[in-house]
Amino acid sequence: MKRIIVVGNGMVGYKFCEKLRKQGVAAEVIVYGEEPRPAYDRVHLTSFFSGKTAEDLLMAPASWYAEHHIVLHTGELVTEIDRQQKTITTHTGKTDRYDYLVLATGSSPFVPNVKGVERDGVFVYRTIEDLNQIIDYGKKVTRAAVLGGGLLGLEAGKALVDLGLETHIVEFAPRLMPRQLDEQGSVILQHKLSQLGIAVHLNKSTKEIAGNGKLDGLEFVDGSFLPIEMLVISAGIRPRDEVAKGCGLEVHPRGGVVVNDFLQTNDENIFAIGEVAVHNNMVYGLVAPGYEMADIVVRQIAGDFSKTFQGFDMSTKLKLMGVDVGSFGDALGETPGCIPIAFQDKHNGVYKRINISADGKYLLGGILVGDAKQYNLFHQMAANKMALPAQPESLIIGAPGKGEEGAGVKNLPDSAQICACENITKGDLVFQITEKGVKTLDDLKRSTKACTGCGGCTPMVNDILKITLESLGHTVKKSICEHFDYTRQELYDIVKIKNIKTYDALLDSHGKGDGCEVCKPLVASLLASAWNELIVSQATIQDTNDRFLANIQRGGTYSVVPRIAGGEITPQKLMAIGRIAEKYGLYTKITGGQRIDMFGARVDQLPEIWEELIDEGFESGHAYGKALRTIKSCVGSTWCRYGVQDSVSFAIYIEDRYKGLRAPHKLKGAVSGCIRECAEAQSKDFGIIATEKGWNLYVCGNGGSRPQHAKLLVTDVDTETCVKLVDRFLMFYIRTADPLTRTATWLNKMEGGLEYLRDVIVNDSLGIGEALEKEMAELIANYACEWKKVVEDPALRAQFKHFINEDSTDSTLSFVEMRGQKCPPDWNKK
Amino acid sequence: MELLNDIRSLATTESDIKVWYKAARTIDFPENGGACVKYKDQQIAVFNFSRRNEWYACQNLCPHKMQMVLSRGMIGSAGEEPKVACPFHKKTFSLRNGECINATEEKLAVFPVKVEDGFVYIGFAR
Ligand code: SRM
Ligand SMILES: Cc1cc2nc3c(=O)[nH]c(=O)nc-3n(C[C@H](O)[C@H](O)[C@H](O)COP(=O)(O)OP(=O)(O)OC[C@H]3O[C@@H](n4cnc5c(N)ncnc54)[C@H](O)[C@@H]3O)c2cc1C
Ligand code: SF4
Ligand code: FES
Repeated sequence: MKRIIVVGNGMVGYKFCEKLRKQGVAAEVIVYGEEPRPAYDRVHLTSFFSGKTAEDLLMAPASWYAEHHIVLHTGELVTEIDRQQKTITTHTGKTDRYDYLVLATGSSPFVPNVKGVERDGVFVYRTIEDLNQIIDYGKKVTRAAVLGGGLLGLEAGKALVDLGLETHIVEFAPRLMPRQLDEQGSVILQHKLSQLGIAVHLNKSTKEIAGNGKLDGLEFVDGSFLPIEMLVISAGIRPRDEVAKGCGLEVHPRGGVVVNDFLQTNDENIFAIGEVAVHNNMVYGLVAPGYEMADIVVRQIAGDFSKTFQGFDMSTKLKLMGVDVGSFGDALGETPGCIPIAFQDKHNGVYKRINISADGKYLLGGILVGDAKQYNLFHQMAANKMALPAQPESLIIGAPGKGEEGAGVKNLPDSAQICACENITKGDLVFQITEKGVKTLDDLKRSTKACTGCGGCTPMVNDILKITLESLGHTVKKSICEHFDYTRQELYDIVKIKNIKTYDALLDSHGKGDGCEVCKPLVASLLASAWNELIVSQATIQDTNDRFLANIQRGGTYSVVPRIAGGEITPQKLMAIGRIAEKYGLYTKITGGQRIDMFGARVDQLPEIWEELIDEGFESGHAYGKALRTIKSCVGSTWCRYGVQDSVSFAIYIEDRYKGLRAPHKLKGAVSGCIRECAEAQSKDFGIIATEKGWNLYVCGNGGSRPQHAKLLVTDVDTETCVKLVDRFLMFYIRTADPLTRTATWLNKMEGGLEYLRDVIVNDSLGIGEALEKEMAELIANYACEWKKVVEDPALRAQFKHFINEDSTDSTLSFVEMRGQKCPPDWNKK
Repeated sequence: MELLNDIRSLATTESDIKVWYKAARTIDFPENGGACVKYKDQQIAVFNFSRRNEWYACQNLCPHKMQMVLSRGMIGSAGEEPKVACPFHKKTFSLRNGECINATEEKLAVFPVKVEDGFVYIGFAR
């Protein structure tokens, strides 16, 4: 059997092993990796800052290598290659023999030769160890900068922001991402970054990293100075060709091991793949070309010499949250005679540029900033030389409708590459769906590995799945899971019409199997919306928050949120909360919803705490439910010199009216006492703003990750009408929305939009107005504080215990101290 | 990690159970749901899958973020496979063999369960 040694266990080295085993190549495989752990997903390194652990990032656990008969040596650096003897030597003195050697040593960050780079507080950004050091050091400082405004530099900048640091990006060139963007694109991006809190400094050549031991700032050639305490250098990469050089393999003057179209070095038994390889004077600093190289070498070892490396498209899409940037094909319009067309909307921070071939027939490349939804489509149009529409500018001017991406996908040729990481074409996906009977996205991911790399192709894969299934005559139904072949709306009607009161009854009559974590809470919510009966009487179909009537927190304790309608509270009640929180040792915080949250209660303490709260006159705040949360209020005419109506009284009235109301998603409202809008009513599911003559009612607003302003439904209505319209609006939403859809999204998807909604609610065009009001009245009549019921019922109370067989509590719970209160320890340090 | 190793050392197969631990009355468990049983210093999640008239037991510790919560998870089926979903991030695990179904988390330790005279017993290696 041939013996293959892989030097370097990074993303590409790992992919080589995976592909080799998948091909079923019989060969001994020994891997040497310098890093202390098996290969991990460097592309998603930054997600480390948002809670991913080192384990989460592993490409495969250590056991995978053993299971696939691959010997993996981690923490072992290959220092020498003897091409005559065909052996390698490691830093610990181990030697090993090969028939084929695969160099996948990647690259290291390029550190420019600036005075002071050795100072404390200067870092690079490539490995998990780098990140850990950055995180640790970041705790001690407040101001940081990234040297380099390229793709990686921006990512590092976002990471610094996430660490809570004042963040600067310093770039030598006159624009950001100089290799991908033009001047205008950079300006828009810069503006977007400033909204994220990142300051950008262009045209800056760094003279010295100043300081004494540790750094205290950057001194620039133009004489200016930027005071910072930490610096992350992201100034490019240098291929790790040192061992290759040492054994006389040909290396490029700018670094990197030179390979031919077969990825062979000048020694036919030694290959180089990934970031260490130089093909046609190019180093590819992306994973997709590296994976392609791995694939080609695997094929050769298996005896298939038909595929060669022909260069790779360097199109990129930035994956920073909140900043969409795409750059594809000939982005900067360097092809002779090409015609650029650009569209710019400074107000919304959008810039789009496409470069058309001189004959006007093809898309050559382009840039998208602020709105990169069309990236996949454009990229494929360029790569596949698809014919352009008669007015190519229509591609970027005018609002692209929702359906368009789907329609565009339909026209792509089968050869279009959809998943660049795994090199999967549209044809491959369609084949799985038409010939292999794949019907779901999950199955498609499993059978092709599409979407499993960077994940950027997921929307397109989904579109292809949908379109192909439809073309096969399958109606693509939004059934909720394998147990129910219905949509939420259909199930709601079934529950109401057949008078079904329990999950089991619905599963027996309309479902199959034993249910799951998707349909159980969904049906629980439907039953609650339909009948408003005590939810804990069917405790085990509830999501954990509803099952224990409290929000589960890191560490497994719960939080307690009593209702404080309209945010109004008496001093006595404030003291009661203070006393109870102190007694049970709870962390307290004012929430964003104008009330008080007490955290860190053990499950067995919940009934006792609530018993005391109820004695003090509190009720459940339903912070745990897909239910009405809070009605925020501003102080209004009672105190405020501008107030024109009593917003506090109205907010309290509304909150009491709808408390306990369960819906497809949570519901929030607000009432402001005048046009100044201090209660932020226009960001709520329903918001009411006082006018001289009455109230203006706004609906379908939303905060959260995709904020959307509420839309004006009616103006100057009196109090009674306002309440009637809210009744109808909420009930119509409960009846018709998809699961876990906030009112804003519900409206966005509604055919006819706001006009239609107004017709139904205000003009009663469907003639259901009265029915909606009646249903609401029944729900309101059925309200009871669920915590009161639990506290009074010993059998229900008994469900709140950690152990069923004894009274002790969970000994694994632990807390750390923070600013005089407790909180759970960091769960990433497991 | 220690927690995981300890619990694994208790796991066993039907054929060489050393201890049948009498945990609690069957009626103490919620229908189609779970509860946590303490055995020595360990926490075991025990599920009354009444819809199928089956009982299952596994470690209470979710390997994803090392949280002691699986007994509070929702149970159900994926095809024929009985499963539990962790309340935190809804990773799901087979109740039969402990394998993670929708992600690549480590396998759970599972334990045999029997019911006699209205009591639930769990089988341990020691
Ligand atoms: C406690 C609180 C943060 C705080 O300390 O201030 C909070 C905490 C949580 N929010 Fe929130 N949100 C809180 C106010 C808000 C607000 C501000 C507001 O209500 O004015 C918003 C934006 C407004 C909005 O919803 O439109 C908000 C938007 C979200 C979202 C995004 C919703 C969306 O439709 O995009 C989620 C995620 C979700 O619900 O799926 C969320 C989810 C959560 C969850 C439930 C996450 C979770 O599953 O654990 C947190 C529960 C913690 C707990 O146990 O209490 N929280 N959350 C606030 C509780 C308010 C209250 O008194 O009930
Ligand atoms: C923060 C960050 C974000 C990124 N984002 C993207 C992105 O969005 N899209 C994209 O396509 N790419 C991205 N990249 C680039 C991508 O990660 C690399 O292209 C990819 O990791 C290259 O794989 P590789 O195996 O060639 O090199 P590496 O992953 O660097 O692996 C090489 C391994 O070999 C080891 N090694 C080196 N020399 C030796 C030796 N002599 N003996 C033993 N072991 C050795 C190294 O320690 C290393 O572990 C990003 C990179 C970073 C750092
Ligand atoms: S409270 Fe809301 S914004 Fe804050 S971490 Fe939790 S879900 Fe996110
Ligand atoms: S802790 Fe169990 S799924 Fe995350």
